[in-house]
Amino acid sequence: MKKLINSAENVLADALRGVAAAHPELTVDYENRVVISNAPRDGRVALISGGGSGHEPLHSGFVGAGMLDAACAGEVFTSPTPDQMLAAAQAVDSGAGVLFIVKNYTGDVLNFEMAAELAADEGIASESVIVADDVAVKDSTWTAGRRGVGTTLLVEKIAGAAAAEGKSLAEVKAVAEHVASQGRSMGVALTSCTVPAVGHPSFDLPEDEMEMGVGIHGEPGRTRVPLAPARDIARDLVEAITGDLDFTGAPVIALLTGLGGTPLIELYVTYADIADALAEKGITVARSLVGDYVTSLDMAGCSLTLLRADDELLRLWDAPVNTSALRWGV
Amino acid sequence: MTLGVLERWVRDSAARLDAEAERLTALDSAIGDADHGTNMHRGFTAIVAKLDAAQPQTLAEFFKAVGMTLVSKVGGASGSLYGTLFLDMGKNAPDGTSMSAAEWAHALSAGVAAVVARGHAQPGDKTMIDAFGPALEALDSALAAGATLAEAAAAAATAAERGSADTEPLVARKGRASYLGERSVGHIDPGSASTALLLRAFADALAGEAT
Repeated sequence: MKKLINSAENVLADALRGVAAAHPELTVDYENRVVISNAPRDGRVALISGGGSGHEPLHSGFVGAGMLDAACAGEVFTSPTPDQMLAAAQAVDSGAGVLFIVKNYTGDVLNFEMAAELAADEGIASESVIVADDVAVKDSTWTAGRRGVGTTLLVEKIAGAAAAEGKSLAEVKAVAEHVASQGRSMGVALTSCTVPAVGHPSFDLPEDEMEMGVGIHGEPGRTRVPLAPARDIARDLVEAITGDLDFTGAPVIALLTGLGGTPLIELYVTYADIADALAEKGITVARSLVGDYVTSLDMAGCSLTLLRADDELLRLWDAPVNTSALRWGV
Repeated sequence: MTLGVLERWVRDSAARLDAEAERLTALDSAIGDADHGTNMHRGFTAIVAKLDAAQPQTLAEFFKAVGMTLVSKVGGASGSLYGTLFLDMGKNAPDGTSMSAAEWAHALSAGVAAVVARGHAQPGDKTMIDAFGPALEALDSALAAGATLAEAAAAAATAAERGSADTEPLVARKGRASYLGERSVGHIDPGSASTALLLRAFADALAGEAT
């Protein structure tokens, strides 16, 4: 598999150098692999997220005014570690505490848990919100539970706006948890992805098949079905999500993210069909976002996220944000 | 058992992980995210570098150095869980530079208990606990029957290997493999495989050693 890299071992370090070179408004702590916003924090709650790399722009692309204060980058598809998260907390805490925004993967949850313990030892107040929005995974207390995917971006944006308004750690956490509870996602892969250090696709997916309910780490989904037109895929994604939560009677924020290997024109083809499917169900989309936001390296496919919002969440969504991957109102 | 044996154990584990990284990653490709071998190899390579740079003077220093390196260099669930194992073994190891068979069994059992507390895995969930559980039982019963630590460790390694092999028909209920549900059946859990590798390396490090 051809890759635009120098060496598989240095992908993350080289990418962080690129982030620093492209974005002087960010500070990169290379030793701890933390991307830090230079925007002022004086006395407000700071937001920290992080996760395995390979989902760009998640999370470093969302560091900046009105969103994350810091993002910890793990190796490709591997959770960052507690020492990184502690370094991030020490860098951005200005006394009001930090909120860790965690995608629900065992590694991420365990490492952020250890980080919270270390932060407490250092006298830094922290809270965590866990995003678990992937309806492809059956929720159960006996398993790892649902994966965290697209809703994470919505939590980061909306909680970031709440933090920017000077809300307390408890209030920001409550907003973040509310968003996390009202978001649902479902993805589909047309191809696998290739982890640079592995060099070949993570799973085999024949030309005429697709993987419904795929995760964002090249982990296979729940069912493999024949490749279908975008119209049918859109309908399946909408059915899976709206079968899990009622999205009628509230303004909805829709996010259609590519998984890294699908051209924007195909995402818009799919979004047209998604919009139709939602309209047929009487669901009102108040805001929408289409593009590569939560990706899985070079995987072809997409993931749809719907958030059951309200006027307050829309207000926070519309608040100014100034990051490399999301920017408006500034 | 001396500090020297423990050091030989982790160095030998690093060498085995170098040789076995691809196999572990292949297991992880089937039901996970294709990085377990790479990550474990990176962690143990870092441990070797740390031991080369500054040799631990006590058991506590050894376990802490290994545990913190795994936490910070492996990442993922494995780094946190294996790190917790070594850190809690250190908290439950005696002072000084050597430990008896009973002290080893106690420390290992406490370390595994800490892994369970952090990861909440139960036997049969298709995780490293399915290798550690049988290994601890085999270790304890061999020691109770009067075996040397070397003999008991060999029995524990065999039990861990069997426990790992026995994860093949299980449905994963923890970790990334759990997303696959029934589709995780028919594959060995990579975490149980690395546990078996580490326990076999420990037994081999002890073999021939007077204990």
